[in-house]
Amino acid sequence: MERILRGKVWRFGDNISTDHIIPGRYYHLRGDLRALAEHALEDADPEFARRAQPGDFVVAGKNFGQGSSREHAALVLKERGVAAVIAPSFARIFFRNAVNVGLMPILCETEGFETGDEIEVDVVEGRVRNLTRNLERTFRPLPPVMRAILESGGLIPHVLRYGGLRWQDTL
Amino acid sequence: MGLTLAEKIISHRLGETVRAEDIVVVPVDLLLAHEGTGPLALDQFGLLGKARPATQTLFFSDHAAPAPRRELANVQKRLRAFAEERGARFYRPGEGICHQIVAEEWARPGQIILGADSHTCTAGALAAFATGMGSTDIAVAMALGETWLRVPPTIRIEVEGSLPPMVTAKDVILHIIGHLGADGANYRALEFGGSTVAAMSVEERMTLCNMAVEAGAKTGLCAADEQTRRFLRAHGREEDYRPLNPDPDAVYEHRVHLRADRLSPQVAFPHFVDTVRPVEEVGDVPIDQVFIGTCTNGRLSDLRVAAQILRGRRVHPGTRLLVCPASRAVYLAAMQEGLLQIFVEAGGLVLPPGCGVCVGIHQGIPADGERCLSTQNRNFQGRMGNPEAEIYLASPATAAATAVCGRIADPREFL
Ligand code: SF4
Repeated sequence: MERILRGKVWRFGDNISTDHIIPGRYYHLRGDLRALAEHALEDADPEFARRAQPGDFVVAGKNFGQGSSREHAALVLKERGVAAVIAPSFARIFFRNAVNVGLMPILCETEGFETGDEIEVDVVEGRVRNLTRNLERTFRPLPPVMRAILESGGLIPHVLRYGGLRWQDTL
Repeated sequence: MGLTLAEKIISHRLGETVRAEDIVVVPVDLLLAHEGTGPLALDQFGLLGKARPATQTLFFSDHAAPAPRRELANVQKRLRAFAEERGARFYRPGEGICHQIVAEEWARPGQIILGADSHTCTAGALAAFATGMGSTDIAVAMALGETWLRVPPTIRIEVEGSLPPMVTAKDVILHIIGHLGADGANYRALEFGGSTVAAMSVEERMTLCNMAVEAGAKTGLCAADEQTRRFLRAHGREEDYRPLNPDPDAVYEHRVHLRADRLSPQVAFPHFVDTVRPVEEVGDVPIDQVFIGTCTNGRLSDLRVAAQILRGRRVHPGTRLLVCPASRAVYLAAMQEGLLQIFVEAGGLVLPPGCGVCVGIHQGIPADGERCLSTQNRNFQGRMGNPEAEIYLASPATAAATAVCGRIADPREFL
């Protein structure tokens, strides 16, 4: 995992649901992740779907990812190259899915962040710096089991590497 | 210090006492996935190099049944082939919604159930610790027979008194979600109790537990009691019954109290499940489409209430009524009782058992600017297949009254 991430903000509001991230009407595309990812977040911000670049950040309000268990919601963001999703709270299934597919969720206050801002994240120190607005926020570390899974690059690589769900002695 | 239902089930399965916030690896009793989440679970399972699932696994064709497109037909075919070759159970299109079948045929008090579907928590109505996860978690549980989880703190919901006529379990849970908010129970378990819940059938408790996730909860739970025994007996598996209660001195994060006898029918407004108002405060809202069904409210007791209102009446000329029984068993029983006939005579349209209109994949998609009132559990923008439409949520009684009136209506006027 890179220690310092730097990129552009795409700002979303509270309660962004998995239906916003990837609507059920694209169900038939679930076998084709690249095609599916072209629709990522299009009902919340069509510009994101068209223009997001690898390394950009999704920055949202509370309860990001509420709704269905569709892991594709985390996968399409990963496929688009989103560096991390930053929000003050996440719905639990999305949170878990993100870690499982190797997409970093960051629990952090996001007030004052706007689309287009440049930010820099230090994942070791737990700090987000908004370079455009000269703001700095700290974030809470993930539970050890989730840190271990992210370190491995996701749950499947983790299980293959350690032969099971162990994490206590992997950090 | 006693244990909540969630703590008790997990402790029992582990053989040692665990409490809220502990992170544990637990054995899993039952796994499920459907066309939407199953293929990815199979891809991931394939990477883990195991020949057969280590735990009983069920695959369902319910979200798009029968298949409306080639891609989905191929997915259903793939799930069936995997089940036949590797030893899992496959349910054909038309058998019904996964959560309904899990309750009818599989769930038992004290089990740990994981599903690649957020409403897996429905089985909490049978005192099983049941929770939704993503496809990768399900794949790993298929390979290892276990999962990791954080034992959730519990919010105890105490409902006391008897529900007035035409006020139902759906109104109780909508009211509670309006109170807690869409993330008010995030990472927690909701445990439902009190005299109202004790008097509810398992079908009604399923409606409560189904929507626990709409407040962000990891699971919803009810005690296993004589109602549970009755439900299991009715489905030919009384031997699966065992009583299960939280300890009287269990430690809850907090308690929520609700008087059932003062409750009126509730309606959730678009586009959020927690924007809830009592029906008296709804105002004049014309409705283009009414949908009765889903894992929340597509059971026999739901169809009976709706039929009671629709019997001998006509659906308003400006409104469509769609009805979808939750499973083949519900469909058959509703047919034998003449309920389906009542819906069709009233001008309604009866769909094959499955998720039907709920998730906007293959049927009943509302037009731009239309308003739909549904008995489902979610009204997010775009949920029913059109982000330009609005979805209101209510009980089957309110839905039937609304179908007759063509605007959101109070079912108590049909008493
Ligand atoms: S009926 Fe709706 S909420 Fe229930 S499982 Fe099907 S799609 Fe999900």
